[in-house]
Amino acid sequence: MATAPLLTATSSGGTLELRPAGSWTAANATTLERLSNDVTLQFDGAAAVKVDMAGVRELDTLGAWLLEKMARRANSAGHRADIVGVADNYVGLIDEVRQVNRRTPAPAPARNPVVAKLSDIGRSTIGAREDVTAFLQMLGALCIAILGVLRRPRSLRLTSLTYQLYRVGWQAIPIVVLITFLIGAIIAQQGIFHFRKFGADSYVVDMVGILVLRELGVLIVAIMVAGRSGSAYTAELGSMKMREEIDALSTMGLDPIEVLMLPRILALVCALPILSFIGSLAALYGGCLVAWFYGGMGPAIFLARLHEAVSVTHFEVGIIKAPFMALVIGIVACSEGLRVKGSAESLGKQTTTSVVKSIFLVIVLDGLFAVFFASIGM
Amino acid sequence: MQQADEQFAIRVRDLVVGFRRHVVIDHLALDVRRGEILGLVGASGGGKSVLMRTIIGLIARQGGEIEVMGSPINHDRTTRSAAGRWGILFQQGALFSSLTVRQNIQFPLRENLELSDALMDEIATAKLEMVGLKAEDGDKFPSELSGGMTKRVALARALALDPAIVFLDEPTSGLDPIAAGDFDALIKTLQKTLGLTVFMVTHDLASLNTVCDRVAALADGKIVAIGPMRELLQSEHPWVRAYFHGKRSQMLQPRAS
Repeated sequence: MATAPLLTATSSGGTLELRPAGSWTAANATTLERLSNDVTLQFDGAAAVKVDMAGVRELDTLGAWLLEKMARRANSAGHRADIVGVADNYVGLIDEVRQVNRRTPAPAPARNPVVAKLSDIGRSTIGAREDVTAFLQMLGALCIAILGVLRRPRSLRLTSLTYQLYRVGWQAIPIVVLITFLIGAIIAQQGIFHFRKFGADSYVVDMVGILVLRELGVLIVAIMVAGRSGSAYTAELGSMKMREEIDALSTMGLDPIEVLMLPRILALVCALPILSFIGSLAALYGGCLVAWFYGGMGPAIFLARLHEAVSVTHFEVGIIKAPFMALVIGIVACSEGLRVKGSAESLGKQTTTSVVKSIFLVIVLDGLFAVFFASIGM
Repeated sequence: MQQADEQFAIRVRDLVVGFRRHVVIDHLALDVRRGEILGLVGASGGGKSVLMRTIIGLIARQGGEIEVMGSPINHDRTTRSAAGRWGILFQQGALFSSLTVRQNIQFPLRENLELSDALMDEIATAKLEMVGLKAEDGDKFPSELSGGMTKRVALARALALDPAIVFLDEPTSGLDPIAAGDFDALIKTLQKTLGLTVFMVTHDLASLNTVCDRVAALADGKIVAIGPMRELLQSEHPWVRAYFHGKRSQMLQPRAS
């Protein structure tokens, strides 16, 4: 049974005799390491080192390695080291350990930090170019698929489109309504709180109306959809890619873009304007409630002011952006899904990338639209 | 009694495991002797993996007793103290993907022992070389390894704490015949040098024939036959006959006769 390890060193006639005893096993690792380090210090005074293993009750790789290491240190210091008295059942282990750790691997060549940094920048530039190419490729493939569907309208996967619409449209309504309602309410509350100092409470309606209809309604909804449906698309297509389902589709003579991506992206393009509309209504409703209970402005006044403050143009500016944002989200989600490689890690990584990228692109697109609408005076 | 404990690495008595109404393991008894390589065969979905996972405490049992190296195993925290006494090679390797090969092997050492980093590195390299890999491979990540290398690293990690028993779940599945043969040889060598007890779930008839000291056949939730390969080939149990005398097993016959 396990006993405490011992290591006695006796010096006689220039020979240092080491007698390890007890359990030289991983369970006693800390003690063993200390014992072997202590005894190594005594090597200097001896001409030869002899290790007598007769007292060792238990031995495992760790213990054997420590003994072997002592022998090697003695050897490298110019002494002769012998290991004697090894029990039969441990001979194999001692022999095995004698073979290991013989060769120190060449250290990896150190890279110049400046070069490494430059190479990183170069790599990410190329990566960015690849992203753009992938995006354009997907857009092109999608256009071809749409042309194909226009030529043969019956090839449109109506079942799939309906199902995807149900998933990304109908099922998304509760969460979209909840979030936009809260956003509308928060904007109204902040507006009332700060505008009150200037006696301009009533302009809160203008702010909520314009902000929600032009920008926030569609932006918040697009971000929600990117996180909710875009990530789902990437994960689905990615796992299909992983299990070679997409390759299977192609070998059956079907175009994965037409079968899988087109219904998904079309569903997003249809759903996002509807969701933005519903979201904007919810936000205005939230703003109205806050104006009523927190600002003391009755719904009738709120509606009358809203009627004056916003025009159909504001609503148009908001809703026109929605399909384009949906297109960006859909294309990014699908092309990231197709970039998934064999492993589950890459599925997770690509899903994250898809969400980050589509939210980023949605915001960039929103900025571009703002510039565009400003310059055409809408 | 003491004698019996010394002789057996794993003792399973009257084990019952099931999921809801479906009984997978039905009053099973199995003894694994110390220092032997036991191969477990059984139909796909027949409970081989369930039996292995129950023995190592991953699945709760409904009845029966399990002893590993003389101490009882339960499906609870007490099992964790037993973790140092066994190493497990999962079918897909189950290497931690965020750690390098070296860190994977050091993980059990780091969690269980107090060692200096230098010694830890040396031990990891020693284990790597013992499973037939190079020290350079220690800096790779699991995603950069081939199937055979993954299995070897997983075996090195399973052996990190020098366990008395290793459980191997289909160690040669997914390997080409050459790699599988090498892996079998490796298991045999390590078993001899380290004095291991090996419990191996496998479908590989060649491994059963070459490395296993005894083979146990699991059918209908029970061990229906156990013994050296040649005894199993003579077994009269219909499932065992079908398994070892099917078309794919013809290669075993000349040796048996």
